Amino acid sequence: MEDRALPDTETPTAYSIPMAVLAELTHRCPLQCPYCSNPVEMEQASRELSTAEWQRVMGELAALGVLQIHFSGGEPLVRKDLVDLVAHADGVGLYTNLITSAVMLTEARVAALAEAGLAHVQISVQGATAAVADRVGGFRDGHAKKVQAAEWVRAAGLALTLNAVMHRQNLHQLPEIVDMAVAMGAQRLEVAHVQYYGWALKNRAALMPSVAQLDEATRVVEQAQARLSGVLAIDYVIPDYYAVRPKTCMGGWGRQFFNISPSGKVLPCHAAETITGLRFDSVREAPLAEIWHRSEALNRYRGTAWMKEPCRSCAHAEEDFGGCRCQAFALAGDAAATDPACALSPLHAQVFALADTEAATGGDRFLYRNFSGGVPEA
Amino acid sequence: MSRAVLIPDSRVSLARHARLRFDGLRGRWMLLVPEKVMTPDDICVEILQLCDGQASIASIAATLEAKYVAPPGVIAREVLDLLQDLSDRGFLTDRQVA
Ligand code: SF4
Ligand code: SF4
Repeated sequence: MEDRALPDTETPTAYSIPMAVLAELTHRCPLQCPYCSNPVEMEQASRELSTAEWQRVMGELAALGVLQIHFSGGEPLVRKDLVDLVAHADGVGLYTNLITSAVMLTEARVAALAEAGLAHVQISVQGATAAVADRVGGFRDGHAKKVQAAEWVRAAGLALTLNAVMHRQNLHQLPEIVDMAVAMGAQRLEVAHVQYYGWALKNRAALMPSVAQLDEATRVVEQAQARLSGVLAIDYVIPDYYAVRPKTCMGGWGRQFFNISPSGKVLPCHAAETITGLRFDSVREAPLAEIWHRSEALNRYRGTAWMKEPCRSCAHAEEDFGGCRCQAFALAGDAAATDPACALSPLHAQVFALADTEAATGGDRFLYRNFSGGVPEA
Repeated sequence: MSRAVLIPDSRVSLARHARLRFDGLRGRWMLLVPEKVMTPDDICVEILQLCDGQASIASIAATLEAKYVAPPGVIAREVLDLLQDLSDRGFLTDRQVA
């Protein structure tokens, strides 16, 4: 949707006061999605930041100028202190959003979260039917629990976004997912094609859609957007491998957003640890403001000075900041390369062909995520 | 569900998930909504501050008409358009009694 009435201004080139943080409270999760954005080497519960540590960090976030905190994971509801953390965040003036699979929600917990000041809930769905969704999530009865949880969220007066991660195994259900979002009373639906890092990269052959499927999905989304204007806002993220221009990943590396990992590492995005050779500072070691300004990893790809050709002399350099560093590293073997999602990357044609081939000939079996390197689908 | 069409008698307020805050560090008003931060201009801030769920859109427009000079009807239309746009994004609660 366009920002006609309220333009998003503020586009300095290097970096600014950060707007929002993704707080990954834990990597623990009852689901096992094969595209999970958590690192393949997940952080153990024993290393997670304590309640007191998170509370201290939230004070530092507010002082630094962060406005929004997205509680995420893993599954944030695994943390017994979630309601206290939400209340603390609200108390220091942060806008709070809960990003959840919702299978652990109870009516009482929804009420407690609402009472604690929670502003918004985002529930992920893996499909439109239990058969498809529970297979993708690797969790029996998960879908039914989500449907119930969404009802509790709306009944508590909380705004709801549904997040549907789409791929070859569930794309045929997109029209029903749109209907489901309307029936649940969601205000927003995010239709996001899988992004291939970490677990998703391991499962790429089973997840990659064909160009024909992608075109159909785009058509479905555009029709739904027109039909549901004013009822359901639909955000759409197309798959990088079939794009012409890369996404402006995180609005630019270390520019407006960052993540805090369960053990306190400050990351420019959730996938940044896939880039080897970068050292990430922890909130356990230094004040957050110092990390934001001085982190070697954050400074490495800030702005445009680090760029090589073709980005360096490209007119779009300050719009997309050369795309995604993690994808450049995964596909070009160099985090400073042009994101191969860009048509100007020398690897673009090759990546497109790879996607096209995997979509046609890849096997359908998943490798589910877990704490020990993954488990193959039975 | 169907689209909420605002009329001059609608009495709207910001929804729970749309929060208007003055940001001291950046020295400006911010509208915080799910997944994003918006930077409303001065007139938009003034309109939103008048949206208390009690005042009708017509009376908000009248308040602004008494303060700013514009050809007849222009302010009323702009206020309604702006609020309809925000309503379509799901950021307003309409207290209009049907
Ligand atoms: S993507 Fe799936 S497995 Fe990963 S945290 Fe989310 S719900 Fe859990
Ligand atoms: S060459 Fe680099 S800066 Fe230019 S569009 Fe492609 S990714 Fe963006």
